[in-house]
Order: sequence, then structure tokens, then C-alpha cells
Amino acid sequence: MADPTIFDLSVAGRTGVTFPEPDVPETSLPQGFLREKLPLPEVSEMEVVRHFTKISQKNYAIDLGFYPLGSCTMKYNPKINEVTSRLPGFAFTHPFQPIETVQGNLYLMYTLQEMLKEIAGFDGVTLQPAAGAQGELVGTLIIHKYHKDHGDTQRTRMLIPDSAHGTNPASSAMLGFDIVPLATDARGNVDLEVLKSLCDERLAGIMLTNPNTLGLFDENVCEVVRIVHEAGGLVYGDGANMNALLGVFRPGDVGIDILHFNLHKTFSTPHGGGGPGSGPVAVKKHLIDYLPDPVIGILEEGDEENAPFYGFIHPKKSIGRVKSFNGHFGMHIRAFTYIFMLGQEGLRDIAEKAVLNANYLQEKLKGTYTLPYDRRCMHEFVLEGFWKDVEGIHALDIAKRLMDYDFHPPTNYFPLIVKEALMIEPTETETKETLDRFVDVMLKIAEEARTNPELLHDAPHNTPIRRADELKAAKDLVLCCYTGDDWPGI
Amino acid sequence: MFTPHTKHDVEVMLKTIGVEKVEDLFSEIPSQFRYPELDLAPRLTEMEALNELENIASANATTKDFISFLGAGAYDHYTPAAVDNLLQRGEFYTAYTPYQPEISQGTLQAIFEFQSLICRLTGMDVANASHYDGATAAAEAVILAYGHFRNKRKKILVSRAVNPEYRETMRTYMQGDESIQFLGDDIETGIAPDLQKFIDQIDHNTALVMVQYPDFFGRIIDYKPLIEKAHEYGALVAVACNPTALALLTPPGDFGADIAFGEGQPLGIPLSFGGPYLGFFALKNELLRKLSGRLVGETTDVEGNLAYVLTLTAREQHIRREKASSNICSNQGLMTLAATIYLSLLGKHGFKQVANLCYQKAHYAADQIAGITGFDLVDETTPFFHEFVIKCDEPVEEVLEHLMHHEILGGYDLGQAYPELKNHLMIAVTEKISRDDIDYLAGVLSEENHG
Repeated sequence: MADPTIFDLSVAGRTGVTFPEPDVPETSLPQGFLREKLPLPEVSEMEVVRHFTKISQKNYAIDLGFYPLGSCTMKYNPKINEVTSRLPGFAFTHPFQPIETVQGNLYLMYTLQEMLKEIAGFDGVTLQPAAGAQGELVGTLIIHKYHKDHGDTQRTRMLIPDSAHGTNPASSAMLGFDIVPLATDARGNVDLEVLKSLCDERLAGIMLTNPNTLGLFDENVCEVVRIVHEAGGLVYGDGANMNALLGVFRPGDVGIDILHFNLHKTFSTPHGGGGPGSGPVAVKKHLIDYLPDPVIGILEEGDEENAPFYGFIHPKKSIGRVKSFNGHFGMHIRAFTYIFMLGQEGLRDIAEKAVLNANYLQEKLKGTYTLPYDRRCMHEFVLEGFWKDVEGIHALDIAKRLMDYDFHPPTNYFPLIVKEALMIEPTETETKETLDRFVDVMLKIAEEARTNPELLHDAPHNTPIRRADELKAAKDLVLCCYTGDDWPGI
Repeated sequence: MFTPHTKHDVEVMLKTIGVEKVEDLFSEIPSQFRYPELDLAPRLTEMEALNELENIASANATTKDFISFLGAGAYDHYTPAAVDNLLQRGEFYTAYTPYQPEISQGTLQAIFEFQSLICRLTGMDVANASHYDGATAAAEAVILAYGHFRNKRKKILVSRAVNPEYRETMRTYMQGDESIQFLGDDIETGIAPDLQKFIDQIDHNTALVMVQYPDFFGRIIDYKPLIEKAHEYGALVAVACNPTALALLTPPGDFGADIAFGEGQPLGIPLSFGGPYLGFFALKNELLRKLSGRLVGETTDVEGNLAYVLTLTAREQHIRREKASSNICSNQGLMTLAATIYLSLLGKHGFKQVANLCYQKAHYAADQIAGITGFDLVDETTPFFHEFVIKCDEPVEEVLEHLMHHEILGGYDLGQAYPELKNHLMIAVTEKISRDDIDYLAGVLSEENHG
């Protein structure tokens, strides 16, 4: 049952927080511009605190349990990140302060750029993009501008493997590219024959996720890059799955031209219930001049006595600015803290344990659930969420039943190339005990599907609400709460 | 550190998998590229890392150390303690996007309340769960309007008094379509663009007219004539607005805006050198189907209980792929929660109080500064909210440097974004600034003039 809304709790005359009376002589307000009513809630501080505490308890969260959510890298978010990002020295700096007063911020951003370059094997990085999807947009903007500058306006085709995230086609479409789906071969790699047939003078580029969304490392990656480059295209790497590669493999080393990172996946910044993310983009040398304006650079080199002087640099052929100010600086601090603590050794350990956990789960589950691409997986793998001999059970039912056992479900119905997909990414921060418990539950659910399918159909049973009617929500739209006649509603 | 595996765990797991060592798990990666040497500093413990980070942070001067009159899109407001305290609940900040409503009612209800608060504040019918920030919300308004007319109306008319970063960002977003024209902000008109001339440019080829309220220079303008003309020609009107100002001012919904959007940072979000913030975005019912970004709606569960879910997802990229209205696939989750808690705590009375304090103190500051020789209030007639423009006899750079020596962040140098406004300083005043701070600023400025 839903709690009352904050508006339901409102009682005329209450206020949670008050401010001092004006200490300056009063100026009259601009008549003719004043609103009559301000229909905001009137609630005491304690009631506000109880309200939000109560509703928070209806959330599942990493701090509460296991989130084997494929492609989302729901790893533990270290508490130290929340401390460092809130240090007053960072939190109380205004984006337009003179650069000599924010050398700490600029040093941190510059160093994070350098660290990301080093980790992925690139020559330039922008921290400006707000999220992975905006990182992709930056990538497609760069590809678009690069071809335009080279007079290649006929390059309008973007190849996107059928296993790609939905944002890839959407980001490409924003630049007017024609989306050409690219088939996956029987081993889950990009189909090289199909790729060759699509590479001609119309090719703008390819958006490649590696490891792909099947959790498989594309064994043809070097070939793919070579073929696309020979045809004059650029290779965009979707770095959503970088967690598998930290300290093990650098996408830049095989010639990938552009790559975005998801700081909120790979580098432990929290998901925050859907954001804010952060999606820095790395490029090779030939694309540095196209990065969003500005990037952080050294304006004056340091010497033995003085630290370098950091500031903003404006790339010569920049695609322009993609958001206000300097990107999600609070997320940069968290990612910086994380990388700083790990070093090379720690980063490699992250990737190795993420891949170890995934392969362990895959091995334990593949007998009971069908594994359509039976190969060594990287940080995640995809199972089929149905059985030919069990009627009427779908991936959704398995997902919902997992909630009854206090697990967050895996990503389901994605990637689209696996029927009733269950995409499982355990991450490196989970213990073997948790993985074993998850395996037990998954096996039990497989058994329940045969012996007592209603348990799955009706699941979940003991969550704050039961299965919600999503069709009704879309049909009888209520998108905002209103009370009484002071609000027109919709 | 963040991996819990014991040596024994690893051995057992490798045995289960059927390989000898962890390295064997990576055999599909071309061997010449495996395990590159990384030039990174050696790993640190938490204690050491915190020390380092504290050192880095201490290299900054902050709005706590200095008296700050900086605004220009991000404002130093007071955030009540309960906001961050609630934000740090792991149930909120370590949760994923609420795709599974049964175990995400907390996030969903908070977004639903956020949407409701934004609707009430702006006077609009529908608000989404947020865009990245004010600038990207502006870009989304352009995308929406352009698509609304099926890319047939080619003109986007945008006032020069709209935040320069918003104008830059929307141009970046639209560079894939060369037929689209941005007009209205190209002539160097200073702080008082001729509104009538601007209105005269509206025609049947105009998809969107964008203005700011209060405008970038802090001025409160009556947009009713502009909106009437735009609607006469069938164009949409988007109004970028400052949420704090809306505690006092007639909301855009009441004077006919089709879209109201803006930077949500003033709603309890720390300055944090520019992010993360949030872009709020609200519109009239008629445009609902064109709205991009996440939306939460009410529904019931199988037992008939009230419940919240993400809705109208068929518009979004994970379903529609290249036909989606935008590629956005997140919202500013935790930042919208901060804004929701902030508005709930301040409520009707507290929020109005903050806006009034900003207004009163800004006017006192303007009066004090305008009384100093060498500093003139540029526009003495148009009402303003909490930000105003001062013309200086001396270069702004020098004025700001002088102020900095007195531990004052003096404001925003308009010459950076407006070549015609060299020697123009924009000053923002919030409730955190005291009368003493303002008198001190005026004192130092007088010194500047006579020193």
C-alpha cells in the first residue's frame, strides 16, 4: 500500500524550515508579476523526515542485497566516496570561480582524465558528458563532424550490432545517421562476412560493445577494427562493460577510436535510483581536437617549487558544449577516489574477480537454464528464462519470483537476440556465499516452475506492492498528485 | 579491499569452472594485448586516500571561505541539514533505476512527488523525472518543438538573454540537421535586447521561441505579448526559469508558456563546481506525447493497492531504439530527490521566505553599489529578481582581482560570453549573504575606485 504523498501530509500553517527576517530595508515587490498562490506542501521537519525514511524502506538497494543486473554493474558503492565528494573544499566551489581559486578541482579532473586515458589506452578524455547515453551522443557528434571536415558527407551509415544497447541506435539517430543492424554469428561475435558486405563509402562507423551484451569478448575485435578503418569508418566503443577489462585489456590498444566510460558502473559511483550518472569519453589522437569544449589541461608546467597551473583548454574543432559547466564533478571525485585507492593492482583484481564470479555462476546455472552461447563469459552472461517443457513460464515470472527470495532480478528481455533473456552480472564485490545462495534459489525456482507454477505467476508475494498494472498506468494517466480544488489536475 | 574472495574461495571457484588459474578466464583476449602495464600510482588504503583528497580539496577557495556573489546559472543557497541526511540513506542512493516497481516504490513515489512539485511551481500540467541540467533541458525543448512540427518548421528563435551555455548546448545537439536555423541571439544587443524586434521575427516557419525568466541578466520581463504573437503563428514557447524566483513570480503556465524548464540546482543541490544538478522540464497536456525522459504514473497492483510505475516507456530508447524521441536513458535520480525534500521542508512559507530574502538583499546590494562612483546599475527601470548588472569604469578583471584580495568572489564577468559587455559585472545575491557582507563589498568597491 502506498504511503500518503507529501501533499496529503500538508496542513495549512506548518513549515519545516524557516529563515531569518530580512536585515536590509524593504523594497516593494514587482507588482503585476506576482503569483497569487504557491501550492506547495506545508509539513513539519520531522514529518518530512519520517515520510522520506518510510518510503526509502520500500526500495531494494545494493546496501540491502544482491543485484545481479546484467549490463548495469551494480557493485558496492564505497562509503568513502560519499565522504570525499562532500568535502567542503569541493562541495562549496562555484563553477565560475577564477581558476586560481579552484586548482584542487582542476587537478582532480585533469588527473582523472589522465587515469582514464591510461586505463583504456587513449590520448584524450572529456569528463563533460552527464551519462553513458550522453557519452554516446558525444561519440556520434565527433564521428559526424570528423567526416564532415573530411568532406565525407556521404558517410551516413552507422553499423550497430543486434546485441547493442538501445541507446546506441537512439544516439546515432540524433545525428541523422541511418542505422544498419549488424548480425551476430553463432559464437556471439560480430559476423565478419556481414560486416564486410556493409563496408563501403557510405560507412560512417560502427558502435561496438565489447565485451558485448551477451557477456562475450568479441574474438574478432582486431579484424572488425581493421575492416571498418579500411573502409574509412570510425570505431566507437561502448564502454558500459569495461568492468571486465580493467587492467587486463585496453580497447585503445586495438585501434578503437572513441570509447565512453560509465563512472556509475565501472568506477563505483552510485546509481542514485536512476542517476546522476557520468559518461566521460576517450578518443585517440586524431580526434582530440573534436572533444567537447572545454577540457582540463595544464596552462603552465610546474617545476620543483611550483605545481602545474591547471585551466580550461578549448579544442580547435570542438563539437561544442554538451551541457552546463564542467560535467558531473561530484561523480568525478568519487571515481577518482576509487581509482586512486585501487591502483593498477587493484583494478586488475576488480576485473578478475568480476569475471571469476560470472563464470562461477554461469557454470552452476547452465545445466538448469539454457545457455545459448556456451563459451567462457566475461563479467556477465545470458540465460534463457523459459523451458520448452514448461508451459506458460516467462523470464518475467522468474524475475518476479526472485524478489520473494530477496534478490533483485537480473535484467530481462535484453539482449533482444536471446529469447526470454535473463542477463546476469554478479560483479566482483559479492561473496561466494551470496553467489551460492543465489544458485540455490535459481535452482529452486526452476523446480517450482514445474511443480507449482502459480508461485511464479503470482510472484512477488511479500514485496511492498504486488505486480503492478503497467497498462493501466499508461491508459489512465495520472502523472502528478493533486488535492482539492486549488489544482486543476489532468 | 572491495573484493571479498579468500584464497580458498578462488580455488574452489576455479575448480568448479574447470580452469587452473584466473588468467585462464581471459584466454579469448588476444595475448599480445593482455595485461598491459599501467602507469598509475600504487594503491592506497582508505585512510591514505582520504588524506590525499583532503589535501586536494584544500587547494580550493570556497564560498565558505569567501563571500560569493557568483550566480549566472548556479546559486549558493542554504540547504537544510535534513536534505543530505535523507539523501545518504543507502536505500535511496544505492538503488537502481526503478524498472522493477515492486521493490522500487520509494524511488517511484519520490519522483512522482517531484513531478507534482514541479507542476505546481511552474503552473504546468506535466513534468518529467528530469533531464541532466538546464542546458540539456533547453536542447530537449528544441528537439521536442522541432519534432512537433515534423521537422517542417525550421526556425528556433532564442533570445540573447537566455543563458549562453544553454544556447551553445542546443546548437551542439542539433548539428546533425543543417536545415535548422537558430535566430534571435546573433546581434550584439547588450543586456536589453529589443523585445519588439525579437517578437517581429516570429513567423509561420518558427517552431519554437525560447526566452528566460528572470532572464540571464536577472530581469523580469512580461512575455505575454510575445507568447500571444507566437501562438498566433502556431509556434511553441519555452520559458527557461529560475525555480527560486517562481516562489514569488507568476509561473510560466499562467502566462501561456507551452514548456517551462530550467536548472534545478537552486533547490537544495550543492554547487559542487557545476554538477551534478538537474534539469526540470514541464509542459502543457497537449504536448505530453512528445515529452522525452522518464515519467512516473499512478496505478494499482493486482490487489488493487495504489502503486507507482514508470509509464509511457514506449517513447523511450530501450523500446523504440532509433525511433525514440531522445536517447536519454537516465534521470538525475538522487538530485530530484534532493529537490523534492528541499521543497517539502521549506514548503509554501519557507520557500517564499528564501525568494523574498534574495530579492530584498539583491535590491539593497544594487542600491549600495550604484551609489559608488565608477559603478552604474545598467538597467534602472526593469524589475529584477536576485541578480543584476553593473557597468564598471575599470576592467572587470581588475575589479574582481581586487575583490579577491579581500576574500570576495565578486560576480560573473559578462565579457566572457558577451563581447559587447566588456566591463560589465553580474552580481547575484542569495539569502546567505548578510547586510554586513553587502556593506563590506560596497566598502571594498569604493576603495577600488579611489585606490
